[in-house]
Amino acid sequence: MIDQITVFLENAEGRLAALCRTLSDANVNMSALTIADTTDYGVVRIICDAPEKAKEALTEANFRAVVTKVSAIQVPNRPGGLSDLLGVLDDLDLNIEYGYCFSVNGDTAVDVLKIRGEAEVAEATAALEAAGFKLLTLADLS
Amino acid sequence: MTSSKDILTLPHDQLESIQLEGVKQTVAKCYENIPFYRDSFDAAGFDPRSVQTLDDLARAPFTTKQDLRDNYPYGMLAVPLKDVREIHMSSGTTGVATVGAYTDRDLEIWGDCFARGVFYANGGENDVMHVCYGYGLFTGGLGAHYGGVAAGCTTIPMSAGNTERQIRVLREMGSTILCCTPSYAMHIADTAIAMGLDPAKDFHLRAGIHGAEAFSDNFRADLEKKLDYKVLDVYGLTETMGPGVAVECWEQNGLHLAEDHFFAEIIDPETGKRLPDGEWGELVITTIDREASPVVRYRTRDITRIIPGQCACGRTHRRIDRLHGRTDDMLIIRGVNVFPSQIEDVMKTVPELASWYQVELTTVSHLDRVTLKVELEQGFDFDEIAAIERLQRSVEAKMKTALSVGLKVKIVEPKSIPRSEGKAKRVIDLRKGNE
Repeated sequence: MIDQITVFLENAEGRLAALCRTLSDANVNMSALTIADTTDYGVVRIICDAPEKAKEALTEANFRAVVTKVSAIQVPNRPGGLSDLLGVLDDLDLNIEYGYCFSVNGDTAVDVLKIRGEAEVAEATAALEAAGFKLLTLADLS
Repeated sequence: MTSSKDILTLPHDQLESIQLEGVKQTVAKCYENIPFYRDSFDAAGFDPRSVQTLDDLARAPFTTKQDLRDNYPYGMLAVPLKDVREIHMSSGTTGVATVGAYTDRDLEIWGDCFARGVFYANGGENDVMHVCYGYGLFTGGLGAHYGGVAAGCTTIPMSAGNTERQIRVLREMGSTILCCTPSYAMHIADTAIAMGLDPAKDFHLRAGIHGAEAFSDNFRADLEKKLDYKVLDVYGLTETMGPGVAVECWEQNGLHLAEDHFFAEIIDPETGKRLPDGEWGELVITTIDREASPVVRYRTRDITRIIPGQCACGRTHRRIDRLHGRTDDMLIIRGVNVFPSQIEDVMKTVPELASWYQVELTTVSHLDRVTLKVELEQGFDFDEIAAIERLQRSVEAKMKTALSVGLKVKIVEPKSIPRSEGKAKRVIDLRKGNE
């Protein structure tokens, strides 16, 4: 499991830029950023090297930010990487809230999944490890 | 029936004699039967027997909406409960409403007052009146209904909502008089047009008696064009009766007060001093012959003026001008009274929300649209969008139950709602005609 920062953003001009500036000023380095957008607002999800520091800096700057535990799984950087991973989870009857992928070097990619329920997360972790996937921690990413 | 031509064209000095006798009886009855008035008259050193002219009434203390609330539910009754035939309520803050009680005779007078709108529209038993004000505690629905019945109209109690059915009934029953809020009339017209109808041709309307919210002259002209009828403004409030306290005549030049039932004063809302005819100020009403819920010098908070001179229609009852707004912070949204404090009370029950909020009122296809901007409390886990949507829906449902008006909840970032030192700017009214 790794810590993801989730930030609530209004759909207003300049808010995303202000968010990134705040993290930059706090010397936080991001590996991934995704935005789930609705008509009125967006939810920004960030993987970075210092989640607690990022949350503090954002809260100080009047953003609403929370730390969320998500599963980060290393997959080979080739066609079918994510498909194989999801194939393992398919039989487990899990509820995946959301997911996204990013690549940190040429050979491997990282798939991030938010799985609902603590028991389900443990079950998924066990199944993935049994199938030979590596579950990452923050240290693996930096 | 007092709506006969005679009372409406009675020379004004004779009307004033009726008013003086009525006012004398009202203050005496209030002093005798309502502890609140005994206390407030005594405290102000006002002797109810000292009223010899209508000017003498200016020495009596005012009655406010808060006074009525403080005496909820039955403290302001001047008759035994067994003589009360009907109760209406207007919405209030913190769940405390103001109560209007009616004896048989009060109901008859109410119907008679609203019926004047039908007579002013040169109508009567040959009319079919379509009433789509909400029926219930709100005085709009039943007030118009009693007026339609009293005027001899074929009266259809549609109540509000289900616009397509309203349109079908308007067409098929051949309704000639439409009673509802002006914004709902516009919504009906626009919906009919969107359905491919031409309401100017497909409806048979002659007149609309529209009130419970302010509307501009442009809005009226637009309505009259779309529905090919004439719009009359009607005024009233639960605290003094309901719609029918004043109604516009065919001249469309001010609303004739029912001066044989109400004595009206215009005061400076700051000083409380009575203002001469023609000057704008707050309307203050004393009931003349109300049995169950008489009021002495009730401050309506509505800003208007007495239009000097006699109306071209020949009726002698003085006219108030169309309303210029209100003195307090009450919002009228789609005809329903809403207080910001009601919104606050709901918000207090939702721990996920911070206490800052702002209400934004806009006009979308002629209807009031309310957006409530709120901020999230620290600690609310919004990582999943579904959680935010659940919160929005739950707050919207609670507000709808508490306010009787639907609003849209918009979650905004922390501290994006302006904080102010003094009175917070809680309401941004961007509705057309309110700029």
